[in-house]
Amino acid sequence: MADIASLPGGNSPWRSAGRFGLYFLLISFGAYYILPLIVVLSTSFKDLDEIRNGTLLSLPAEINLESWRYAWSEACIGVSCTGLKPYFWNSVMMTIPAVLISTVLGALTGYALTKFKFRGANMVFAMILFGCFIPFQVVLLPMAQSLGFLGLANTVPGLVLVHIVYGLPFTVLFFRNYYVSIPDDLIKAATIDGAGFFTIFWRILLPLSPPIIVVTIIWQFTQIWNDFLFGASFTTGGGQPVTVALNNLVNTTTGVKRYNVDMAAALITAAPTLAVYVLAGRYFVRGLTAGSVKG
Amino acid sequence: MTNSMTEKSLPAKRPLADWLRWNVAKLVVAPTFALIIFFVYGFIAWTGYVSFTKSKMLPTYSFDGIYQYVRLWKMSTWHVAMENLLVFGGLFILIAIVLGCLLAVALDQRVRAEGLLRTVYLYPMAISFIITGTAWKWILNPGLGLEKMFHSWGWESFSFDWLINSDMAIYTLVIAAVWQSSGFVMALFLAALRGVDSEIIKAAYLDGASLSRIYLVIILPTLRPVFLSSFFILAHMAVKSFDLVVALTGGGPGNSSIMPANFMYEMTFRRNQIGLGAASAMMMLATVMAIVIPYLYSELRERKHG
Repeated sequence: MADIASLPGGNSPWRSAGRFGLYFLLISFGAYYILPLIVVLSTSFKDLDEIRNGTLLSLPAEINLESWRYAWSEACIGVSCTGLKPYFWNSVMMTIPAVLISTVLGALTGYALTKFKFRGANMVFAMILFGCFIPFQVVLLPMAQSLGFLGLANTVPGLVLVHIVYGLPFTVLFFRNYYVSIPDDLIKAATIDGAGFFTIFWRILLPLSPPIIVVTIIWQFTQIWNDFLFGASFTTGGGQPVTVALNNLVNTTTGVKRYNVDMAAALITAAPTLAVYVLAGRYFVRGLTAGSVKG
Repeated sequence: MTNSMTEKSLPAKRPLADWLRWNVAKLVVAPTFALIIFFVYGFIAWTGYVSFTKSKMLPTYSFDGIYQYVRLWKMSTWHVAMENLLVFGGLFILIAIVLGCLLAVALDQRVRAEGLLRTVYLYPMAISFIITGTAWKWILNPGLGLEKMFHSWGWESFSFDWLINSDMAIYTLVIAAVWQSSGFVMALFLAALRGVDSEIIKAAYLDGASLSRIYLVIILPTLRPVFLSSFFILAHMAVKSFDLVVALTGGGPGNSSIMPANFMYEMTFRRNQIGLGAASAMMMLATVMAIVIPYLYSELRERKHG
């Protein structure tokens, strides 16, 4: 916005009061967003006595990593007491191939739909785009049946398939909208020089694509890592991704409720996407605004 | 594509190579398109068909009319779920938009540490609703959470039992969902505010308009498209909410905070009422479409009119 302070009357006492109010507002809401993270973090460092005797905001006496160790390798999820470790690796094994494959397919499809437009290309794009909008409840039942039929029920490859398929509309949307803005003349010139479909993609489009590749990978990574619905619908027991395991851990009641372990487990589950957000926040925001224009 | 040019430069001697050259784009699109046709359209048709059968534990395929829909709309749980969706959706959308817009305007006043504040407002969007639910369940815990904190500060009569109060549980979902999503609305508004011509603001200010008047009368009306997109995006999120309910309230106490997505899951995977689950899924699809189609329509119109 305009720099009002440099204009006449910009430094009146009213304005100072206004600035004070402004910072008060900004900081109070900053507290609303950041305090839950601080509470969760500090709870995860406390032992149970400290939790019972203190309050949410009281700080732990020492940084005690016992709950983290317990959540990672000992906590009971349902009947098996393995901690989050195996489920965390399930999520890793599920997320990496699903992100890579859906991104590659999305890039190629977006390229073919914009730079080698065939008749009906726009219609094909509109039909793919529709997949961004559906509530997934409407595909859960047939998907469960199909996974069973393919022998992929309750397996990580099964979840990889699911996430590729329902991530595709988004990756196609991202790449298509990005490639639309690259001038067609580049491709025309290359075609006259005799370059084919894949040569043009490899030599011309791909070197221009790093920003959209990063946005897409981050978007897909957060979506797939954070998924709960598909994990909960298609897996049980040892095949669960970490979000489902976290929910089961929190709801498994054996003896005393260990809030500190719940909180450590929540942070372990949140760590990968939070790390991505901290390291690549700029691209994350860009993906959100691009990806959200469709919801 | 540039067919007219390649046509002339290519001798038509090798039919296969020719054909490939002409159709490679279609071949590349084909796998993706086939996957979408089967897994999106085919599956919707499948669910749609099952919703017209008497399927219980396993799908049966004998057509049975609208029996499941009649049953669905006679169930009090479904009515609770739809009412909850209205209450939750209405409050969630309203608060997230007001808050997001307010924070964006505040951040747009050349404040210090803007980057840091923005990061703090937006980080909840990076984490799963399951984690948000787990965290807020602990914070709102009637014994050890906020209530205890206020007691220790000397406000002994403070009582906060919304999580276990069937009249109030739905509002805990609003608190957590606003926490997670309002930063995102803020980002949308901030991006739009950065595009507003600062000369207009300066001119209005020199004419003696107060800052609040400038925003209310001049700037916010130009942000109409952002209000619209935020509304549709949040509405879409509200209809799909499932994980947050599971993690925070579990739909309870009783069924008091259940939502349509949880109802569908419960019927399909827990109670062996596949036909009923399919019918509720189709109702959800209809709800989302009722929101999305006007949105797409307005987006496309907006683009045509520049």
